[in-house]
Amino acid sequence: MKLYIHYMSIHIKSRMAYKASFFMECLGHFLIGLELFLGVLFITDRFGAVGGYTLRECALCCGAVLMASSLAECFGRGFDHFAYVLSSARFDRLLVQPRPLMLQILCTELRLNMLPRILEAAVMIGFGAGAVRWTAGKCAVLFLMIACGAGVFFGLFLIYAALCFFTLEGLEVMNIFTDGAREYGKYPFGVYGKGVLWLLTLLVPLALCQHWPLQYLLDRGPWQYGLLPILSLLFLVPCFLAWRAGVRRYRSTGS
Amino acid sequence: MKKYLSFFKMRLMAGLQYRTAALAGLSTQFVWGGMEILLYRALWSAHPERFPMGVEALAAYIWLQQAYLTFFALWHWDGEIMESVRTGAVAYELIRPTDLYGMWMARSLALRLSRGMLRSLPVILLGALIPAPWGLRLRVSPWAFGLFLLSTALMLLVVTSLTMLIYALCFFVTDHRGMFTVLTPVADLLGGGIVPLPFLPAGLRKIAELSPFGAMQNVPLRIFGGDIAGAEIARAMGLQAFWAAVLASAGYAVMRAGLRRTVIAGG
Repeated sequence: MKLYIHYMSIHIKSRMAYKASFFMECLGHFLIGLELFLGVLFITDRFGAVGGYTLRECALCCGAVLMASSLAECFGRGFDHFAYVLSSARFDRLLVQPRPLMLQILCTELRLNMLPRILEAAVMIGFGAGAVRWTAGKCAVLFLMIACGAGVFFGLFLIYAALCFFTLEGLEVMNIFTDGAREYGKYPFGVYGKGVLWLLTLLVPLALCQHWPLQYLLDRGPWQYGLLPILSLLFLVPCFLAWRAGVRRYRSTGS
Repeated sequence: MKKYLSFFKMRLMAGLQYRTAALAGLSTQFVWGGMEILLYRALWSAHPERFPMGVEALAAYIWLQQAYLTFFALWHWDGEIMESVRTGAVAYELIRPTDLYGMWMARSLALRLSRGMLRSLPVILLGALIPAPWGLRLRVSPWAFGLFLLSTALMLLVVTSLTMLIYALCFFVTDHRGMFTVLTPVADLLGGGIVPLPFLPAGLRKIAELSPFGAMQNVPLRIFGGDIAGAEIARAMGLQAFWAAVLASAGYAVMRAGLRRTVIAGG
């Protein structure tokens, strides 16, 4: 843990060395989040509601997903450059260093430019909070949605990295789940129909951190739905297994 | 003209090499299009009267948008060009007995065309397999289809001229990524990337349709779906030609100014 904090402070210092480009990237990520919200705004403005959800309710949903994905990207993006780490044989270097492998990869990058997007997500949640009659339990459920959602996104990054061991290049297909979930998670997944909802409940359990607990927050479902995010963490088990299988299969590309 | 044509052909060939990447991209495009369709279907079943355009036109818009993504997406720029300005390798290009603007224009057009062609055809075929009214169908006259093709060409010119202007600005600014970072979301909003332009609030829609971004995907996609017809097509395509000319001459002027200023050091 101390090592991790040390690495992170190095990242922060190095980023601050190039302030202009850092702020430019911040602005870019901020605009991506803003676009998401504008999309929701235009549609709810015209139709009044999307699948029975009002603007505030959608904002709450959108904010929670954006927060979860941004947190996962902020800390876990080291896995995103994994194809590069493998093809440039930098992975060998990681293997010989006497520190846990996972920790080292987590240390390779900290995306500080996600910060404005995290704040933006917080503002969206704040705006959407008006749609909910809050209790202590509901606050805890919101926290679970974000934390476990970030966990699922992190699991997706792990799978992505594990696949790189087999293909040696990044797979754009994974964007369907990472970027796609962020984009389309702005509305509760139930809006897209039963098929999509069940797919995202049972296969890639993003809906467990979004659609189902949201039903409880909006008083449309029993309190048990609020605990479903915890269940979604089971998704991490196959992700770690895939990662382990990948590492075991690894053969260096040579010098 | 012949030399520009050969630059065009070279880049086209290089772009057509990346077939696996195109296939991978294809599935992404298909899923994204499908999600959009599902969303609008839910909206349609609740309030069909509030739709500003027909369902079939919207479905055609969504599928073609996915198919055309690489044709109009601003973030598909040519990294080599940017890099050559930054590192000074542009000097080699300047030695050649060609006009730099023409050469880069030919390259950029070819790059977009090659990447786009690989991606668009399969998405169009898959979109056509989706049952009506949410699939991709050609329901306009052959005459309108011809206009659609012409408008696609104009769209390519507008998009490429805009990226050329940004390349030209690279002679003045060192960090090119910043410009794309800001421009891409703006182009998404005003070009009809977030929601099709008819779905925007009235005031914003006016601005968007007149802006250079409204002269990109917006026009061919809506001609194909039959959302705009007759005089509206003429007006929209006139605007496309206007913006292509303005952006191209602006890019040309900026590049001339940039080259005059450029000093390349070292041997």
